[in-house]
Amino acid sequence: MATIQFDNLGHSYHPHPSKPEDYALRRLSQEWEDGKAYALLGPSGCGKSTLLNIISGLLVPSEGRVLFDGLDVTRCTPEERNIAQVFQFPVIYDTMTVYENLAFPLRNRKVPAADVDRRVRQVAEALDLTADLKKRAQRLTPDAKQKISMGRGLVRSDVAAILFDEPLTVIDPHTKWILRRKLRQIHEEYRLTMIYVTHDQVEALTFADKVAVMYEGAMVQLGTPQELFENPQHTFVGYFIGSPGINLMPCTLGNDHALVDGIAIPLPERAVPAVGGRVGGKFELGIRPEFLELTRSGSAGAIPVQVTGVDDLGTSKLATVRLNNHTLKVRLSEEQEIPALDAAIRFPTRWTKLYRDSHLVG
Amino acid sequence: MDKVQDNRAWFLIIPVFLIVAFSAVVPLMTVVNYSVQEIFGPGQTFFVGTEWFEAVLKDDRLHDALVRQIIYSLAVLAIEIPLGILIALGMPGGRSAKTSLTLVLLALPLLIPFNVVGTIWQIFGRGDIGLLGATFRAIGIDYNYTNNSAHAWVTVLVMDVWHWTSLVALLCYAGLQSIPPAFYQAAKIDGASKWAVFRYIQLPKMRGVLIIAVLLRFMDSFMIYTEPFVLTGGGPGNSTTFLSQYLTQMAVGQFDIGKAAAFSIVYFLIVLLFSFIFYTIITRTGEGEKK
Amino acid sequence: MTLTLEGVAKRVGAEQHLHPLSLELQPGSFNVLLGRTLAGKTTLMRLMAGLDAPTAGRVLENGKDVTGKSVRHRDVAMVYQQFINYPAMTVYENIASPLRRQGKDKAEIDAKVRRTAAMLRITPYLDRLPAELSGGQQQRCAIARALVKGAGLLLLDEPLVNLDYKLREELRAELREIFADGKTTVVYATTEPQEALILGGNVTVLHEGRMLQTGPTGDVFHTPASLECAQVFSDPPMNVVDAILTNDRVALSDGTNLPLSAHDRNLPAGPCKVGIRANHLTVLRRSERLVPIRGKVALSEISGSETFVHLRHGDTTLIAREEGVHSHPIGSDIQVYADPDRIFVFSSAGQLVAAPNWRRSALRNIA
Repeated sequence: MATIQFDNLGHSYHPHPSKPEDYALRRLSQEWEDGKAYALLGPSGCGKSTLLNIISGLLVPSEGRVLFDGLDVTRCTPEERNIAQVFQFPVIYDTMTVYENLAFPLRNRKVPAADVDRRVRQVAEALDLTADLKKRAQRLTPDAKQKISMGRGLVRSDVAAILFDEPLTVIDPHTKWILRRKLRQIHEEYRLTMIYVTHDQVEALTFADKVAVMYEGAMVQLGTPQELFENPQHTFVGYFIGSPGINLMPCTLGNDHALVDGIAIPLPERAVPAVGGRVGGKFELGIRPEFLELTRSGSAGAIPVQVTGVDDLGTSKLATVRLNNHTLKVRLSEEQEIPALDAAIRFPTRWTKLYRDSHLVG
Repeated sequence: MDKVQDNRAWFLIIPVFLIVAFSAVVPLMTVVNYSVQEIFGPGQTFFVGTEWFEAVLKDDRLHDALVRQIIYSLAVLAIEIPLGILIALGMPGGRSAKTSLTLVLLALPLLIPFNVVGTIWQIFGRGDIGLLGATFRAIGIDYNYTNNSAHAWVTVLVMDVWHWTSLVALLCYAGLQSIPPAFYQAAKIDGASKWAVFRYIQLPKMRGVLIIAVLLRFMDSFMIYTEPFVLTGGGPGNSTTFLSQYLTQMAVGQFDIGKAAAFSIVYFLIVLLFSFIFYTIITRTGEGEKK
Repeated sequence: MTLTLEGVAKRVGAEQHLHPLSLELQPGSFNVLLGRTLAGKTTLMRLMAGLDAPTAGRVLENGKDVTGKSVRHRDVAMVYQQFINYPAMTVYENIASPLRRQGKDKAEIDAKVRRTAAMLRITPYLDRLPAELSGGQQQRCAIARALVKGAGLLLLDEPLVNLDYKLREELRAELREIFADGKTTVVYATTEPQEALILGGNVTVLHEGRMLQTGPTGDVFHTPASLECAQVFSDPPMNVVDAILTNDRVALSDGTNLPLSAHDRNLPAGPCKVGIRANHLTVLRRSERLVPIRGKVALSEISGSETFVHLRHGDTTLIAREEGVHSHPIGSDIQVYADPDRIFVFSSAGQLVAAPNWRRSALRNIA
């Protein structure tokens, strides 16, 4: 177990980086708590794998330091840091049985045989692998193999953190949730620091206590799944989390409201003081489809719109509406009626967000 | 699938069929024919059944040649396979000029015609004009492959190793390159030593490729003819006369056609047996890995 | 084109990869093949394309029998899971290749290539090699190449499965627009029920080589003919509980009683299986009619904008849906509410007996 600290950490593959775009991982200073589950979420090329490899020791950063429990481990190898890593595809030793696979890291460290046996059986029990211990590891299904990979990390009682690099990639979609549940259970039981890299928001949000959303090398927001959903600090977070992502419209500012094509939309109180005075920048109004209200025109605060499409998603409905030439999406429950002719939308101030140059205001 | 296409396809393979029949099938049948007949002269043939086969199996000189051949093939395997693996482990990976250069250098010995290989070593080993021979003479070793059996054997073996180890190395290199880096990373994280990495990751992953290498080298060395023939002529005496050379002597030198025909069929069956064994091992390994 | 399959089946050795099925695809329609991995989707697509011949049955294009005709003589284009492009040709050349083979002249090729590239939004990449593009762009190139051919039948075999989540969402919406013009008959294979619902059109559900049901997507989803079909076409899986129907209630095996509703009121009494989708097992009690069920939280699966709570109830696991993002501590007690108006009743053999009433929602494009 260890608290992990990033001190001005950055990485570039260029020998002499001059602009932010040259960096695979941009300047990052943060402290992560011990024993929590973290997810690094972002699209391909956002820098999440780079950060993971720096944490595990497979990559030495070009700038800054990484500290475990206050100790500088920036140049330490993975085994010196006591890290375990699970990769995209199962990495197992083909010639060994499941038992031998799990025992391997302990035997390499010259742990006495009795202890090895105890730990291996304990971990096998936790991962539901006890029945398979004598089998050749090669013959098991991919999800069982990934469990073995995980097990090799768990057997080591002094392991500082377990890192997962998109581990469910090769798992059949039908069995993915079983492994997700197992990961969560393991975390509850062992209380180890676990760091999970993925581009799939469902995996990140299900697995982690805190999710770090990454975009173009920068960590854009670190928060609980609920915080990321209800209060996205950056437009990218709004876009990437949620299915579909946040609705965004360019706007200008009035006194205490936003103006979209001249239509006034009320802003939440905390955004208003920031607005007063001549402030420059590109402003955007954002609201999630789940919070945008669809009603009939004529009610208070309702802005008339045209309904251009409705999708039946089985469990809910997704309506596409048009406000002048802005397209917005509204999520509705299965039973909700959709007015065909006199539809209107309402922006509850609690969920309306104002963004300036992509960052949340207020 | 298309009916018209099917019929036309048959016509396309007739030329190949004829060539194969002409160059392989008919001669094979002729050999079988010879192996069960005694030939006194043109037109005078006499069916002798299995007599030639019995003669072949009782032939002492053939037994000697067979033993020599087996020792030779095993020695070749014992040296070339581990050496090839070692070279493959040491080769640079990735796409760089260094890699390309190494690959080209390794491929060079494989491109030389076999009789030229024999000639190169023949001259190389000579005491008067050969670099190796002269060097030995200069440091006091009385190296002479023409009248010393041990020297001849060593020279023939070294020549084969020089000629063919590259093949094993290149095959193993291909096998190694296909191992994803994640395996090495995981091994590092598990604290595995270099030997453990070799034993538990590299060697198992090279299995398919190694079996091909062993199969190829075994069969080729079991049928070896040109290089030792050019180098030593089979000598001194019989010490480097291997099976194929003995067969040629019998057929062409002594014109013992019947016996030679029987012998070549036996030879063919031995090679076929080993090929079958290796093939079964390969396919069973393949299936095991698929599961 | 109209593609008709009459009793086609595929047998390989002793295994029946595809049991006999019949299907008719209308010209310009969008058809989804839904099923788990190894359900037979790829086998069926290969039969439709002409890459394989069926071991039984006939394939007809526009009424003409083309069974056994190789793919070269068929009017078909295909897009695969792996982004397949000619690696040595530029994107432009890739897209142009089918047209060159058709012998079109240069000006026409250029116009068509540029138009298709614009549709797939890869115009800036026309001069690049596929290896220089990202995964999503490579797949767009492959789709463009398939589209430009102007074939009557376009087959897509899980084309988005190797892409990032968000990219998948975007490309899916774009594909829907591109195929909305109704000129090509499209067949799209997927393992995800969500994708089938979003894409719409018609769906054919496959399971273990058998066709379970086919029809408009909404119909099949809301009225699955069997329990098997309901399970394949549900994500998360449908909650299924054994029950006994009596004259005045539905008695679930765990003791919970559900009142009868309009759709299951007049059914004969007896044992049955009751199915309820996760979104009708809610955490909030919206009306008095909902029946409470207690359990212990096993997992909160957070899916973008909603949370699926897995709870242990007796010796089964139920899945309930909650709006928004919430996390519940594992092992805590939770009460969820079942909507008796929304239960599916299946016979003990798994056949649909009663499905909740539903109204086909408003047309996709109103304006």
